[in-house]
Amino acid sequence: MPDLRDLIDISAWNFRTGPLPERQASRADWERVGDALERGSVTLLGLWAGAGCVRLALFASGTRHVGLLSYRTDDSFPSLGRHCAAAQRPERAIRDLYGLVPEGAPDMRPWLDHGRWRMEQPLGTPRPAPPAEPYRFLTAEGDSLHQVPVGPVHAGIIEPGHFRFTAQGETVVRLEERLGYVHKGIEGLMRGVSLDRGAAIAGRTSGDSTVAYAWAFAQAVEAALAMAVPPRALHLRALMAELERLANHLGDIGAICNDAAFAMMLAQCGALRETVLRAADAAFGHRLMRDRIVPGGVAQDLSPEGAAEIRAVMADIGRRFPALVELYDNTASLLDRTVGTGRLAPDLAAAFGAGGFVGRASGRDFDTRRALPYAPYDALTFDVPVRNDGDVNARIWIRIEEVRQSLGLIAQIVDTLPGGEVRTDANLPGSARSGLGLVEGFRGDVLVWVALDPDGQISACHLRDPSWFQWPLLEAVIEGNIIADFPLCNKSFNCSYSGHDL
Amino acid sequence: MLRFLLEGLLRHPLCEPLPPSEAALANELAGAARRRLGRSLAIRAVDAGSCNGCELELHALNNPYYDIERFGIRFVASPRHADLLLVTGPVTHNMREALERTYSAVPDPKWVVALGDCALDGGCFAGSYAVVGGVASVIPVDLHIPGCPPPPAAILSALVRLLA
Repeated sequence: MPDLRDLIDISAWNFRTGPLPERQASRADWERVGDALERGSVTLLGLWAGAGCVRLALFASGTRHVGLLSYRTDDSFPSLGRHCAAAQRPERAIRDLYGLVPEGAPDMRPWLDHGRWRMEQPLGTPRPAPPAEPYRFLTAEGDSLHQVPVGPVHAGIIEPGHFRFTAQGETVVRLEERLGYVHKGIEGLMRGVSLDRGAAIAGRTSGDSTVAYAWAFAQAVEAALAMAVPPRALHLRALMAELERLANHLGDIGAICNDAAFAMMLAQCGALRETVLRAADAAFGHRLMRDRIVPGGVAQDLSPEGAAEIRAVMADIGRRFPALVELYDNTASLLDRTVGTGRLAPDLAAAFGAGGFVGRASGRDFDTRRALPYAPYDALTFDVPVRNDGDVNARIWIRIEEVRQSLGLIAQIVDTLPGGEVRTDANLPGSARSGLGLVEGFRGDVLVWVALDPDGQISACHLRDPSWFQWPLLEAVIEGNIIADFPLCNKSFNCSYSGHDL
Repeated sequence: MLRFLLEGLLRHPLCEPLPPSEAALANELAGAARRRLGRSLAIRAVDAGSCNGCELELHALNNPYYDIERFGIRFVASPRHADLLLVTGPVTHNMREALERTYSAVPDPKWVVALGDCALDGGCFAGSYAVVGGVASVIPVDLHIPGCPPPPAAILSALVRLLA
């Protein structure tokens, strides 16, 4: 019998069609959740704070049910990080932003707060910050160890973050990440704004997943308002989401190979990626399809010419991609770098609830589109590839397979596109409500929880990037590898900085 | 592998000419770059808080369609090798010091280009407790390229104009 069945009782159909019932958790409930997380019978979907409470979203695999609990507190709450390492960074962020203290937490260092905001707990009761103390990195002990600090400004065109390597010779003994450099205070910016403004901010949480975020935000709002979205709009959303997945996977497959100095793959995949972005531009008027998904539907309909363009580009990719897969699979010097490198053990992937290709390359068979289905994916045919080897090579192969699946999905969507309206207007809630959105972005499951005022303004919003449960695993996979293989490991994860830092 | 190399030799290149108005500028570029810099233009990109959208389009400049290096413009790994600092995003408080230190590591003479709507005034992140504001509120800016994110062709044109 699944654990915590009394707490994890909101079916996918329920939370996808109506407002969320808010369940108050007692201290005993909260402790039971900790035990279940430790046993691994449930997975953490999100942990965040609000005014006078902490909230928790859970998923019990195989049930198609989620649980949402809130624990009332003005000062502290029992730490779940004692039982589940995946909860530690979210708890540190809660303390930084709201001042709520996780009791007995194993790691009480600040996380997003670098002591530069000129205030403490900005989203709780702000107060003047004391002078910042230097950040204490974790130590490593042994003979002939040296440290290599990298970042926040990196050598390539990438987002900022700090990596502290402790190495023995070339071998990494410990990697510690320090993130939070691009913290923009998105939860604070969401408070008291209109749905339109909220959708714009949500779409700018992580640039490469702008479609996934906009869709998850729209889902949360529509669930809170129990709005029905026109079928054509749902299909167009899925079309955009698959184009986004395709573009990101193509770009990253090339970029990972480039980090092994195999530049030809980057050039070839980069060209394919560009054709996807141009098709998106032709069909939806924006290369990244930003601001195209709005609560109630989509902002722009697809013209017959746009559909034809997408068809043509997909056919072209379908012709050219197999040769690239063959090139990857037949280049021994490249496989020598990717096979066996950065291996993520399946038990770690499961314990952290790692989503996306990171989890699926390490045996975690979870894809929101199938596990907690949402329209129109319940009516489309696709496979969810899973492997168990968990190395850089496995993550590349999952992405290759997902490229094929997305090509198939795009063809199905364009062929079965229903007619009709593409947008309905949001009605006023009339009472305070909240809703949950969960969308499979290219990187994994994006969760958005939104609370609305009676007059339809956003009173609170939390956006949880899949990277929260992937970044800590990068620290684990690099151990015992050489520093030179870090770019390969890092790119094969491709975690988001902006989505994580919020 | 050989097939790709052979195709590369026999097929027309993917890279596209600039629009005629920009092409004339591009021709001036080689001369201008040599005159002003004595060499080609080296860019150091710094993300000071962006959502990563602008970075995606900067990456696109290196793909075969835009092939920015044909104009002698290239991205370098260190600010000490750079002539131009290309800054994206609203500047967050957590990135402010890193941006200032990167700026001071770029040798004179140097240019600063602020890329994207957020880099102008903070965009939709302006007013947050965690955001300083646009790039110009931290370091002097010579040129702003608008867009959310600006498409690669627009970035390319703007850089060519800056030099010519």
